[in-house]
Amino acid sequence: MRSTYVIFRRELASYFATPLAYVFIVIFLALAGALTFFLGNYFDRGQDDLVAFFSFHPWLYLVFIPALSMRLWAEERKSGTIELFLTLPVSMGAAVLGKFFAAWVFAGIALLLTFPFWITANVLGSPDNGVILASYIGSFLMAGGYLAIGSALSALTKNQVIAFVITAAVCFLFTVAGSTLVLGLLEGWAPPGVAETVAAFSFYGHFNAILRGVIDLRDATFFITVMALFLFANAVIVDLTKAD
Amino acid sequence: MESMIEVRHLTRRFGPVTAVDDVSFSVRRGEVLGFLGPNGAGKSTTMKVITGFLAPTSGTAIVCGADIVAAPIAAKRHIGYLPEGAPAYPDMTPLGFLRFIARIRGFDGADAKDRIDLAVKRTALDSVLAQPIDTLSKGFKRRVGLAQALLHDPDVLILDEPTDGLDPNQKHEVRTLITELAPTKAIIISTHILEEVDAVCTRAAIIAHGKLLADGTPGDLEARSRHHNAVRLKIAGDAPDAVTALLRLPSVQSVEPVDDAEGSGLMIFARDGRAIVAEVTDLVRTAGWPIAGIRVERGRLDDVFRAITSKAA
Repeated sequence: MRSTYVIFRRELASYFATPLAYVFIVIFLALAGALTFFLGNYFDRGQDDLVAFFSFHPWLYLVFIPALSMRLWAEERKSGTIELFLTLPVSMGAAVLGKFFAAWVFAGIALLLTFPFWITANVLGSPDNGVILASYIGSFLMAGGYLAIGSALSALTKNQVIAFVITAAVCFLFTVAGSTLVLGLLEGWAPPGVAETVAAFSFYGHFNAILRGVIDLRDATFFITVMALFLFANAVIVDLTKAD
Repeated sequence: MESMIEVRHLTRRFGPVTAVDDVSFSVRRGEVLGFLGPNGAGKSTTMKVITGFLAPTSGTAIVCGADIVAAPIAAKRHIGYLPEGAPAYPDMTPLGFLRFIARIRGFDGADAKDRIDLAVKRTALDSVLAQPIDTLSKGFKRRVGLAQALLHDPDVLILDEPTDGLDPNQKHEVRTLITELAPTKAIIISTHILEEVDAVCTRAAIIAHGKLLADGTPGDLEARSRHHNAVRLKIAGDAPDAVTALLRLPSVQSVEPVDDAEGSGLMIFARDGRAIVAEVTDLVRTAGWPIAGIRVERGRLDDVFRAITSKAA
């Protein structure tokens, strides 16, 4: 527990050690704004909810999360600090979780800084703040899911750019799993049940369910399960790849 | 004396390559064991297994009673480790880095501060404490790595090439530090600088192709050199029959002319490492050669090193 926290603190501080973190947050906020107001036509919709804001989050995370997770293990492997890190008296679980939580909290900070959208909505109308809160929680859970994937994949390589690309690709698959694009491909030849199974892995589908304002146990469990699975895979991958 | 590090039949394979092949040895408190070997011999891999970074394919290492395979965290608590190249987080300052190491090793508050102060003092880091590690010279980076390894005053120190890339003064400082720490700890250092073994090690182990080929005090190893007890003789002026006369001595194996940085002369090799200096001086006196210099060789580690490691190839 304690070592997880110590690692978490070091990792989170390391995000802010360079100006990169601030640039990152600014880009995230700018992109979130641009998507909401231009692509989402926030004003033209004439509704006081934040659907136009939240519905772009899966796509926003597709760029933002891989950029956040790519350094987690790839950098340690590249600079050789992994040898120092993993010979400290800490368990693999503490090492993986400490790093993951730091990235997740960083994503959470970026997400919290979108509060002006919430204020805007409340100034312009009277939105259902319960739905907005649920959407924030859903978005945070989804970010955790993407991050766990990114953290595991960043242990595969020493090259952060490769880690970014692979993570973006895999996250894209998880995002579009439930879309007509993918389901259309499976239609006609895949045995019954396959399309439903694939669709069940869709981040988009589970997130949209939460956007309706109810955090269904199934949707929350989905994201938590994804995190647990990929963090477990992360520990296995680190163990397998650390030697080279 | 108790054995602090015990390596038992350690083997580590990487796919088809056997990097460490059935290596066993132990290190007691007060000993400094020098790992010698050509590059790629398995020195670093052995260290990585002992420190718990890599799992052994078979065999194990026991560090202060804790098995590195069965109880890795307990074993790691006893170890201070300087990995090859002294990696450290480049964005952090030495102070921030040492604070992180102190916290993760379970030290807080005044205790942590005292330990950091002592480690900083021992490694003379105070002038760069607030600079990012990224911007430090190689020598300072190495010292940050050493400070990190010493912080918890471990019973076992494992230092992978602690003086590699340092200038002669820095090398001397690091060696002095190791010598100071030696009496209370069990230390393993790896090096390919042979003089370092003479300077700091109480024992030397030669590793090549993953196998432990020799293990003994530097003196033991030097005695295996063909230069052991050889006599270097410099005759002023002419003595044309000197070589024939010397070869007639029963304990002399061979005589070779040498011409190196020390000047020219004759190297008289002893048969089976016998002491021949008395015979040689007797002969010199009876023959009446004018002597410009005479010296008994202790034996050369690099002879032994080359002989042992090339035999294994």
